[in-house]
Amino acid sequence: MQSFKAAAPHTTPDMFCHSSFFLRYIYLPFTLSRRFGSIFSLKSSDVDVVGNSLHYDAFNTGIRAAEIVSSGTGCLDTGQFMYQKGTTLGNGHTENWGDSGLADNSQHTDTSTDVDTDDKNQLQHGAIITVDQSKLKTGDQKTLRRLAQNREAARKSRLRKKAYVQQLESSRLRLTQLEQELQKARQQGIFIASGLSGGHGLVSGNAALAFDTDYAQWLNEHQRLINDLRSGLNSHLGDSELRILVESVMAHYDEVFKLKNIGAKADAFHMLSGMWKTPAERCFMWLGGFRSSELLKILGNHLEPLTDQQLMGICNLQQSSQQAEDALSQGMEALQQALVDTLSSACLGPTASGNVADYMSQMAIAMSKLATLENFLHQADLLRHQTLQQMHRILTTRQAARALVVFSDYNSRLRALSSLWLARPRN
Amino acid sequence: MHCQTGSWGSYVPTTRTTVGDPLERIERLASENAVVIFSISSCCMCHAIKRLFCGMGVNPTVYELDQDPRGKDMEKALMRLLGSSPAVPVVFIGGKLVGTMDRVMASHINGTLVPLLKQAGALWL
Repeated sequence: MQSFKAAAPHTTPDMFCHSSFFLRYIYLPFTLSRRFGSIFSLKSSDVDVVGNSLHYDAFNTGIRAAEIVSSGTGCLDTGQFMYQKGTTLGNGHTENWGDSGLADNSQHTDTSTDVDTDDKNQLQHGAIITVDQSKLKTGDQKTLRRLAQNREAARKSRLRKKAYVQQLESSRLRLTQLEQELQKARQQGIFIASGLSGGHGLVSGNAALAFDTDYAQWLNEHQRLINDLRSGLNSHLGDSELRILVESVMAHYDEVFKLKNIGAKADAFHMLSGMWKTPAERCFMWLGGFRSSELLKILGNHLEPLTDQQLMGICNLQQSSQQAEDALSQGMEALQQALVDTLSSACLGPTASGNVADYMSQMAIAMSKLATLENFLHQADLLRHQTLQQMHRILTTRQAARALVVFSDYNSRLRALSSLWLARPRN
Repeated sequence: MHCQTGSWGSYVPTTRTTVGDPLERIERLASENAVVIFSISSCCMCHAIKRLFCGMGVNPTVYELDQDPRGKDMEKALMRLLGSSPAVPVVFIGGKLVGTMDRVMASHINGTLVPLLKQAGALWL
């Protein structure tokens, strides 16, 4: 039996009323060689640490059980107190507990714990409280119990409050994170589909959102495929393996044109607006996408060396794509002119009803003009797709791989330029 | 002297009457020139296709269906021929049907349009 080495100044009756006091008795450091005296020297901060740990609940259970003392009985059978992982103390030990007592003879400080170093293995996860019944009166016991319960309740509520505050803090952080992300994405012209449907036209808003998210997904996959192609080129992959990579990129391009077709049918104006592109891309956009004549200009010298036949093919492609682009542009100009004429025509009639009838008929004409806008968008996408495919036909596998990588890099640099521009310091 | 009035038995009209097959008319008109475009004057896509051929240095023969008395029937016939709407613009080269805007553009991009035009005598280079 260990003699109790009390640090008497610590064990005033007042202290007994503090909830921390209990924990001082309960908490045993997991290095079990510590003697009981050292427990008294634990600071309240140590106790708090314990309180916050997962072991708290186990201690709590123990405490509760310890509080329920029956008067007149001797030492509680501490074997009843099960701590986590079912560690129990043997009965042999409890006898030791019962015999131990505080050196301080105050009736309020009769709870004691004593570390029996022989039983250190059994004390790994907790400690036991025993209440020496003989020194307590019944009334005091009830008061004791009540006070202890109050302390427990207070402790629990403090912990709950702490947890809640922590949760609030992390939620606040998350909120600011999300706001930043949203701001960034909006600047890039891509709307995050987080259930924010616009106030204007729910149907077209949803179609626009759907396309934007699909396109963003497509772009991610496209980057991945291009990176594979790039590493394939750099690692001097064989032609047959390179061809597989090239074919997968081309097939993936087919996907985006399908997406654009669906998007154009759902909301042609959204496609034409280019809001699904970054600002710099949008600026240099033509009829809902890249200029087919630009494709070969971007590729420039990267395709060399070319055979004579290839060179002729490339030149013809450059010329035909330019001519087709010009034709569509002129058609668009004619459309815009027709729309101007229709919408600006003076509807001067002798009667009010004449005005309305004229207005309606003009609007009907304007509507039919707008319908051809969808057709122009469709033709422009077809032109882009066919230019890509023809380029792929003319070039060898390696040349095509290089071309696809160069074209993709140009676009991603344009997107990066948008971000830089948006983030530039302004005075 | 010959008279064109009188007994109908001797009168043989030299041109078809308005009760003709529109499709046959289309085919006939298409074969009369190297490049024939059926169009509608207010259609902007027709304008685009005209600009395409002019930009290539081709001088197409254009029939504006909205300015032809039989235009409506011909438009319907073209719609049946193509199996889709709109019927215009539609292009014939060397009397053979090439198609609407997307077919014409596709053939230009893949390099088959220019040889076709040269073959029909519409382009010299």
